[in-house]
Amino acid sequence: MKAGMKLKSAVCDTEVLLVKAPQAGTLSCGGAPMVAERGEKGDIDPAFAEGTKMGKRYTDAAGTLEVLCIKPGAGSLAFDGAALQLKDAKPLPSSD
Amino acid sequence: MDISLLLKMAADAAPDRVGLTCDGRNWTYAELWAAATGAAAEITRSGCSHVALLDTGSEAAPIALIGAALATLPYCPLNYRLADADLAALLLRIEPAFIIGDVARVQKLAPESSHKVFARADFVAAAEAAAVPEREAGEGESVAVQLFTSGTTAAPKAAILRHANLASYIFGAVEFGAAEEDDAALMSVPPYHIAGIAGLLSNIYALRRIVLLPAFDPKAWIELAAKEKATNALVVPTMLSRIIETLGDGSDAPDLSSLRSIAYGGGRMPLELITRALELFPHCNFTNAYGLTETSSTVALLGPDEHRAAHRSDDPKVRARLASVGKPLPSIELEIRDEDGNVLPPGVAGEIYVRGDQVSGEYRERSALIKGGWFPTRDAGYLDEEGYLFLSGRADDVIVRGGENISPGEIEDVLLTHPAIADCAAVGVPSAEWGEAVAVVIALKGEHPGEHEIKTLIRDRLRSSRVPERILVVETLPYNEMGKLLRREVRRLLATS
Repeated sequence: MKAGMKLKSAVCDTEVLLVKAPQAGTLSCGGAPMVAERGEKGDIDPAFAEGTKMGKRYTDAAGTLEVLCIKPGAGSLAFDGAALQLKDAKPLPSSD
Repeated sequence: MDISLLLKMAADAAPDRVGLTCDGRNWTYAELWAAATGAAAEITRSGCSHVALLDTGSEAAPIALIGAALATLPYCPLNYRLADADLAALLLRIEPAFIIGDVARVQKLAPESSHKVFARADFVAAAEAAAVPEREAGEGESVAVQLFTSGTTAAPKAAILRHANLASYIFGAVEFGAAEEDDAALMSVPPYHIAGIAGLLSNIYALRRIVLLPAFDPKAWIELAAKEKATNALVVPTMLSRIIETLGDGSDAPDLSSLRSIAYGGGRMPLELITRALELFPHCNFTNAYGLTETSSTVALLGPDEHRAAHRSDDPKVRARLASVGKPLPSIELEIRDEDGNVLPPGVAGEIYVRGDQVSGEYRERSALIKGGWFPTRDAGYLDEEGYLFLSGRADDVIVRGGENISPGEIEDVLLTHPAIADCAAVGVPSAEWGEAVAVVIALKGEHPGEHEIKTLIRDRLRSSRVPERILVVETLPYNEMGKLLRREVRRLLATS
């Protein structure tokens, strides 16, 4: 995985952009590893079915990985099996 | 990933929301996306190497910006205020370009060129006709934007911003869809300025409707702000000054109560002016932004709460912050360094260095980034104890000769045009007659051209006050380990030889 790369959920419509990429590990959505090109959609694991939200950023607890949701879907994101958290965005005042 | 993703996300999330208002026409995000995809098809078909805009601000700017990204070509908005000769030189440097805007001027300045030129309305119509809105955002990773910096005597430098730089700035500074449905940002900065580009991208990503004022005029600005109920605006200090002047005592001015946020930057804001603005718009949030072309816009900002705190405070230190540019963005590292590259403590002025993903520091000809990915901004400044940044002008060691300010850069740029000169530095040396006189130190890569030839070169290209009184030849010029020229050492060489 490398920053700037796009990944798709294998089981829902979710697409993410890797903002910060970890050294190694598996990023999954809806319980299935995310892929570069989606084939036939599999089933969403009910344990990872909270959905992703457009334009939101998600990170792992250690902060080694950060993704931006560029297409929302029904599955939810996890890194090596642990659910990703919605990144708490401190809004900056608009400067442009 | 390229910057077309920003508009694609807006078009996916809110296709029917109005994203742009210009000359009385509204464009939804879906319409802007469709036009950008069509523009990309037309640009690709043209076989050109650059996409240029020679025009005031209009819907053509975002359509061409995103269209160029989708066509994987650099977008180069040109300064239409340039003199003919200067513009002609830039047109040569981007040939063959797909140029949108002033057809007659391009034909006059580059009659034999291979440029493809389109009037604004023709370009927009063609883009809409060729739309392929179902396509995905692009995957280009190269140059998104090429901006020519304003050169004084030497040719302007072509600063380049990669997709990763701009996207990283937007992702770091803007929350997707953060704007309310009735938000509207009044944009009046020229399209060839970095703020004009960053403004398009950040407002699109925030889903904040952009209201374009094609060319700034204080009366038109006030009228458009009132008519479109603008909530946000970006101005440079001189614009704010002219707006305030035009508002007068405010008695018969249009209703500007919709304005909630005014951002300013791009020049020194006089303390009296910002104080007056805070009094005139008591319910408005003011944000001061500091950034450069090479840093994809803002790297530090002074937010609304800090403005109010400084404005109300009795503590002179806190009050002084009204004249600061605030603190660095969370995604930016910023240091003040001396000539040797040592980091300076608070309160001591030096050169401002920045580092971060949004910082390109890159020109078409070379990268200005030094060891560790730091960009020396050439701006001078200092940080106070709490990390507020104060600017104190360009770090260029200006030579003051008989009251005339001379930038070493202009002399160095001319010297470097000589085929025998490999490297050079111009500095001021003490002079009984002039206070300071120009001296140059050169390293050669060929036969010494002789002092007369060097002096003639400077006199012909610049003027007699720039002609060096001393010329010293050295093996190599002194640099620190960070790759920065040590002007102090240059002066020492001159004093001791």
